[in-house]
Order: sequence, then structure tokens, then C-alpha cells
Amino acid sequence: MAEKVLMKGNEAIAEAAIQAGCRHYFGYPITPQTEIAAYMAKRMPKIGGTFLQAESEIAAINMVYGVSSAGKRVMTSSSSPGISLKSEGLSYLAGSDLPALVVNAQRGGPGLGGIQPSQSDYFQATRGGGHGDYHMIVLAPSSVQEMADLTIRGFELADEYRMTAMILADGTIGQMMEPVSFDFKFKEVPEKPWATTGTKNARKHNVVNSLYLNPEQLEKTNIERYQRYEIIKEKEAMAEEYLTEDADIIVAAFGIAARVSKNAVNAARAEGIKVGLIRPITLWPFPEKVFAKAADHAKKIISVELSMGQMIEDVRLATACRVPVELCSRVGGMIPSPDQVYNAIVEAARKGGE
Amino acid sequence: MIVFDRPKALLDVPFHYCPGCTHGIIHRLVAEAIDELGIEGKTVGIAPVGCSVMAYDYFACDMIEAAHGRAPAVATGVKRSDPDNLIVFTYQGDGDLASIGTAETVHAAARNENITVIFINNAIYGMTGGQMAPTSLPGQVTQTSPYGRDVKACGYPVRICEMLSELEGPEYLERVTVNSVANVRKAKAAIKKAFQNQIDGKGFSLVEVISSCPTNWGMTPKEALKWIDDNMIPYYPLGVYKDRSAGILGAADAKKEAK
Repeated sequence: MAEKVLMKGNEAIAEAAIQAGCRHYFGYPITPQTEIAAYMAKRMPKIGGTFLQAESEIAAINMVYGVSSAGKRVMTSSSSPGISLKSEGLSYLAGSDLPALVVNAQRGGPGLGGIQPSQSDYFQATRGGGHGDYHMIVLAPSSVQEMADLTIRGFELADEYRMTAMILADGTIGQMMEPVSFDFKFKEVPEKPWATTGTKNARKHNVVNSLYLNPEQLEKTNIERYQRYEIIKEKEAMAEEYLTEDADIIVAAFGIAARVSKNAVNAARAEGIKVGLIRPITLWPFPEKVFAKAADHAKKIISVELSMGQMIEDVRLATACRVPVELCSRVGGMIPSPDQVYNAIVEAARKGGE
Repeated sequence: MIVFDRPKALLDVPFHYCPGCTHGIIHRLVAEAIDELGIEGKTVGIAPVGCSVMAYDYFACDMIEAAHGRAPAVATGVKRSDPDNLIVFTYQGDGDLASIGTAETVHAAARNENITVIFINNAIYGMTGGQMAPTSLPGQVTQTSPYGRDVKACGYPVRICEMLSELEGPEYLERVTVNSVANVRKAKAAIKKAFQNQIDGKGFSLVEVISSCPTNWGMTPKEALKWIDDNMIPYYPLGVYKDRSAGILGAADAKKEAK
């Protein structure tokens, strides 16, 4: 059995990235993700890597753009206000079809908001954030182990599909400590014949670019990118289903909200309520099929979020509004308690029984 | 027999630049430097947003198109990805480098990032049709300063070489122009030195090239070259503002050329 170490979630991301072969990290200090930068600052010089504290989030994401153009695995991390600054770069990464890993340890917003956990960047992450038609692969860990697992998976998906993978975490999972195992089997990094590594006078020059002044050509690149997105939607959607098979009530929650919800589901089951949990692990692509299937038997879905209700829209879309979907949430850095979720389940069961 | 030919580092495609624009000359100088140093196969160029946005189609080396102003950050990433084997240059205009990308410029210089920056200063936004630039001269008439740049309302031009020369970081800062044969030759020497410095691992080297924009200045190409002498150079004196290896350590001991 692989050895486990006790680690903070943010540190688990950093260590997993290093194990995935990432040797370039660029960041700018912001709470609550600074442990990632601190870990990289300590480790990178020892292993021949680059840690660079950039002058801004904007510079950091553009340094990522540079390393990715040159074909190497690279990452940056930030928290909500910093991700807004990076959004320009995220759009350019998408437009140039460059792989990258970006971590968002979400905090409450809008504006400077707060430094406590939040999930209110769901729209920003799943819809792209920057300008133009594009998506990122969005991964939502709910444990320290998953912080590590999804970091590895994120690098693999980013390389395979030539796009940004975002770890959409939050302050809680970033800060909490759990045992984590780093016993990974790594996929081979795909060849990157498009990378700007110098022509060595042996090939035509490579150009990394997102500018297409010819509208027909720009339309074509957009359509091709969306064809790739269709493949990703088909192949890469992930969710955990917990006690959903016979469930009348489905709780939908990701990340920290899912951990809270699982306790509430267990408590309600103990009371004989047929309730289950769907925990999306990929937020984009959204696990639509899992929800569509659940809507065949569920009478109600409760979306538990640390936002004013963002994922709830995807739940409604995935179920084509066949089942009523309710929101159970806290915001601003507050976290729903297991009791709050339990009460929402009991209330739903009571109404369903009438 | 010496035959005047196109540098190998410049691809055989027609430029989109306006008649009389000096971008063509400067592209050629960069390509000549790359040829003479034999570095095309390991060079990566970063194009800006602005008139030279499509520089990626003109240079034969690997090229990257950066977001507006971010070229020094992108160049930092590329250079750090393989510092021993890659030569990295940015090619940026005044709006790109001295306005929206000021932070990226200053901090790449402060880090003494081992890259080469070619800075084209023609005191106007060319591509978008002639708006006021951070380097537009006091009183200069542009589309967005139709009564002339009023320094009370919109401040003073930014002198990049002077400003960066106060930093400990950068290795080499020189301002040149290309409005005469003699000046073109000096510009060529400066550009080549800026690449040689990178090869030698000396660090951040920036060459500011005072350029013309006949179209948006509303002049003939010939008048525009004269306008450089009469108006631009008095405000932006040519010369070496920093050359650490030669003991020129800042504005105080800068070697400005007499007009």
C-alpha cells in the first residue's frame, strides 16, 4: 500500500504538479492559495524548475502562455479576484489552443469580497471567464486526495485536448489537512509538434496565435474547437453518485458543499428518507447524463452551493426542467451546515409526501 | 560577388505596412542580426498587438502572438522554458510597450530577464488609425488629441530608455532611429548588440527605434523622416542610456548623441 502523508490541500496540488512533470510555476500572492506558491518557491529551485513571482496576475498567466507555447507543462494558481485578472490570458490560451493548468481557490465576491471559501466563480469557470466562445475543463475536488488526483488528471486532459484545465477549489479544501497518497501511474506526455521550440533550421516556423482576420477562417477554428468540446463532453464528464439509485430526492453539490451534503444525506437516510447525492467532479463538461438519468425517478433536486445559485442552472438544463430544482446555499464566505441541508431534505420529503 | 538579398530570417512574403513606414527597415535589421549571429533555428520572436501584429508571418523563426502589452511576460515564459537553448525577442510598438504593457516592460527589465526587446516608437497608435500614444509629443495632433496633446489634461510623454535606465536590472538600453543611411547603420549595430548580449547571458537589452508613421502623421514619407529630426529626436535624444558592460550605469552617465 502506498504511503500516505498529511498535507494541506493547496500543498497537495503543488506536489502533484511537480510529480506530473510541471517545472514552471508563475503566481502572484493572494489569499487563500498562497501555500501553493510557497511550496513551489521552496521546491522548484531544488529540482531545476522555475518559480517566479510575477508582477501581476496578468503577467503570471502570460508567462504561462509563454512556457506552454514552448511545449512544457506549466501552471499558475490564484483566487477569485486574481482569476478575473487572468481571464484575458485564459481567453488567449483558448484562442491559441494551448494547454495549461490553472488553480482557483475561490473566495467570496464580487469585488474584493472576502477571504473565506466560496463557489461563486462557477459561472466564470464553466462559461470560460474571458471573451469569446471557449471552455476550460473544470475539475472540482472535494478532498485533499482529489486535489492531488485532479491536478494530475488536469495536466493530462490539458495536454490531450490542448486547452486549459482549471482546478476549481475553495479556501476550505485548500487549507484543510488530510492524508494523501502520491501513488500515481502517469500517462506519457503527448508530442507537441506545434510548440515554438526553435525551428533548428529543420522545419517551417511554428506560429502560436489567436488572430484570424479572415472571418471564414475564424469561424472554422471556432467550429473545430467546439467539435473537440463535443468529444470531451462525451468522454470526460465525471461525477460521484451516492445512494442515488432509489432516490426520490437528489442533492447536487460539488467540492466542500458535497462533503457537507453527504453528512446530511446520511442523516436523512437514517430517518428513512430516500435521498442521494450527485457530486459533479467535472463542472465542465457537466455530468449531464447522470442528472438526466436521476430525473427519471427523482421527484426533487436540491442544489447545495456556496453561491447565490449558479450550478443550479446546469442542473435544470441537464434535467430539461423535468424535476423541480431548489437552491440551498450560503454565500459571502459562509458554508451551509449539515443541518441546513438536512432540513432542506426533510422539507422536500414532507412536501413530496403530501 | 556581393548580391543584395533578402535576409534568410525574413520570409518571402509582402509586408502589409503603409508606404514609407519604417517597420520594414527595422524588420530587416532584426533579420540581418539573426542571420549574422546564426541563431534563426533557436530564436523565438514575440509579436505585439499593433501595426506589427502580423510580424509572425514575416520572420522565419518560431513566432508567438501575444496579448496587447504582454510580450515581455510571454518572452519571460519562453526564455525560462529553455534558457540555455533559446534566444527570445519581442517586437513592440509604443502603445503596446509603453502604455498597456508598461508593467510587463518595467518588471522584465527589473528582473534583468535575458531577452531582447525591439521597441518601435513612432509616437502614435498606427493600427487603430492614429490615436494619441504614451509617447505622442506635447502639442501633437492625433485623432484623440485633435487640438494637440495638452499636457495639462493628459500628461507628458513617457521616455522609456531614461525611465528604465534608473533601474539596477537592465543590461543595455539604447535609442536609435532609421531616418538616414547613417542612422540605419547605427540602429543595426544596436540591434545586433542586443541579441549578442542575450547570447552572452548578459540580460535585458532594449533598443528603442524612433520611427515614422507618414499615414497617421499626415505627411509624405520624406517629410516624416525630417519630422523625426526636427521634433522626435529633440524630445527623445538618441544614445546609449545603459550599457553595464561598458560602464554606463544610468541616465547620469548616458552617452547621448548631439543632434
